[in-house]
Amino acid sequence: MHKKTGHLVKAKEPFRFYTRLNLIELTGKKANNLRELVEIMKEVPGSVIYHHTHHYLQQHLYLSPEPPNDFAYWVTYILRDEELGEEIASIDLCEFSTIRSLREKIIETIEQHLAQNPELLRTAPPGGEFHFFKTITFILPTPYVASDLSEFLEAIKKISIHSIYFHMFEAKLRLEKGENDFSRWVEDMLGEKELARDIARLDPYTFTMEGLRAALFRLIAKRIPGEII
Amino acid sequence: MSRISDYESIVGADVINELRMVARKLKNKVIQNINSTSVGGGVAEILGRMVPLLQDLGVDTRWDVVKGGEKYFQVTKKFHNALHGRKTEITREDYDIFLETTKTNIEQMEFYGDIILIHDPQPVALVEKRKFLKSRWVWRCHIDFTYPDPEIWEFLKSFVEQYDASVFSAPAFARPLPIRQFLISPSIDPLSDKNRDLSEEEINNVLDKLQINRDKPIITQISRFDYLKDPFGVIEAFRLVKKYVDCRLILAGGGAIDDPEGQKVFQEVVEKAGNDPDILVLLLPPASDLEINALQRASSVILQKSLREGFGLTVAEALWKAKPVVASAVGGIPLQITHKYSGLLSHTVQGTAYWIRQLLHSPEYATRLGENGKAHIKQNFLLTRHLREYLLLFLSLEEKEDIIYL
Repeated sequence: MHKKTGHLVKAKEPFRFYTRLNLIELTGKKANNLRELVEIMKEVPGSVIYHHTHHYLQQHLYLSPEPPNDFAYWVTYILRDEELGEEIASIDLCEFSTIRSLREKIIETIEQHLAQNPELLRTAPPGGEFHFFKTITFILPTPYVASDLSEFLEAIKKISIHSIYFHMFEAKLRLEKGENDFSRWVEDMLGEKELARDIARLDPYTFTMEGLRAALFRLIAKRIPGEII
Repeated sequence: MSRISDYESIVGADVINELRMVARKLKNKVIQNINSTSVGGGVAEILGRMVPLLQDLGVDTRWDVVKGGEKYFQVTKKFHNALHGRKTEITREDYDIFLETTKTNIEQMEFYGDIILIHDPQPVALVEKRKFLKSRWVWRCHIDFTYPDPEIWEFLKSFVEQYDASVFSAPAFARPLPIRQFLISPSIDPLSDKNRDLSEEEINNVLDKLQINRDKPIITQISRFDYLKDPFGVIEAFRLVKKYVDCRLILAGGGAIDDPEGQKVFQEVVEKAGNDPDILVLLLPPASDLEINALQRASSVILQKSLREGFGLTVAEALWKAKPVVASAVGGIPLQITHKYSGLLSHTVQGTAYWIRQLLHSPEYATRLGENGKAHIKQNFLLTRHLREYLLLFLSLEEKEDIIYL
């Protein structure tokens, strides 16, 4: 892959790439059945809900298609309630811009199911309890900085998947910025409205991280004169 | 001795760079590890690997060992058994010996670390010294804590509660405690003899030495000879498979020579195998890491049919070699295998046999599970992840928030 030099817009403020690393803290809380699950979900901090809806993604960054969230996995494979498991798995995480609203949606889904199927209160077998964890996230700057699209593209090739994860997922949902960092910067600093929209349209939950890197690369490369995709 | 840069070719420069970035934040801290032995045992092995790598990352990490007489170690052995759930009688005198030895160590040891990381129950009561110091104290529990004897746990808990934080290896080991509890899973070292890449020649040499023919698919379980590893269930499952597919079973394990129960189980397994030439029961001597590596790499399917398990790192070892694994959903195994993604979880002898047959009949499926398993281990269960989590743990001791800007 090579590129010819073109006249690229220089950003007023460069994009600094950050990365994030996680540590898991145990809450000591565990659920044996759906009612206990819902009750604990209502009282735990948002970082617990974030953990259980994103931890699969973080642990299986190389797998495709991405497995569902922890709640769906537990309901499907441990409680053996496939219908509810599928309902929880298919909640579209992209639609939510706050952990609070995501939490409410999952709770509502389970409570509706329980109301319709009160006889289905299954108990997890011993050892199969749902343990609640939370994610402690450490955010730190990387050495990568971009002032124009060409430098941005170069950085996209080199940054770690944790950095892509941070700017695409963490920024939007956990830091409640409403959109991913890449879209915001290319639009605000480079005037690349179309590119910003295309990046925002990517459904990051259905890519592997390397797949997402490749998709970002293609979208950005298209906007650089002479760049061969 | 491995250097941190040696891991770059395996995990990538970005992972090593991130480790270096985090390590820089701990530049002025001294980390003091304290355990009960400098040689032998899993903890000494982990520290022997991790301390030099943390130093290589620029973190001033040191390691001290408590001193104790024979009686003290007999008592701590009793504690160890009781914490594993075995019925053990612990007398008033035993507690006195434990506390007396701890007191002597408190008087004689130098507690110079900014962060003091105490490993396992033997040195747990050193925390009595904490009130005289400004350091942060962390208790790192490496052992299986699923069903601890309540009496001994009550005794130890009074010390554990005095720490700033505790660290457990699997969710089921955590206990209701007033202090923070972190989850840090154990890891495998991809550069060790047990896990490094082997050439076909090296694999064949080991199999020739052990007189194992590679003429048919090999199914293997590597574990010490212990009822809880269910070697009899493995043989039963193999016999069910054998009705349909011609294959060979290897049950291999080591470290049971000084364990009377291990010897007994080994004999019973040999009897159960009977005259079947396709079942090989191998009692491996200690330091058979290369042999275990070769056996795993020569296998078509690897089993871990434990009835109870601590973390079950043999699963990570098998997955690292991109092997399809059928394992019981116990202890830390479900953290390593997501059913039908990165391996298969079974609950019964019949289920185990069913999954083995599936894997032998569907090599493409088996390959995919193995490859997914390897990716999962690379991402989550290698030594570099373990180092990263230790560094983050040290940093988290000064923070209360869930999102921390470094």
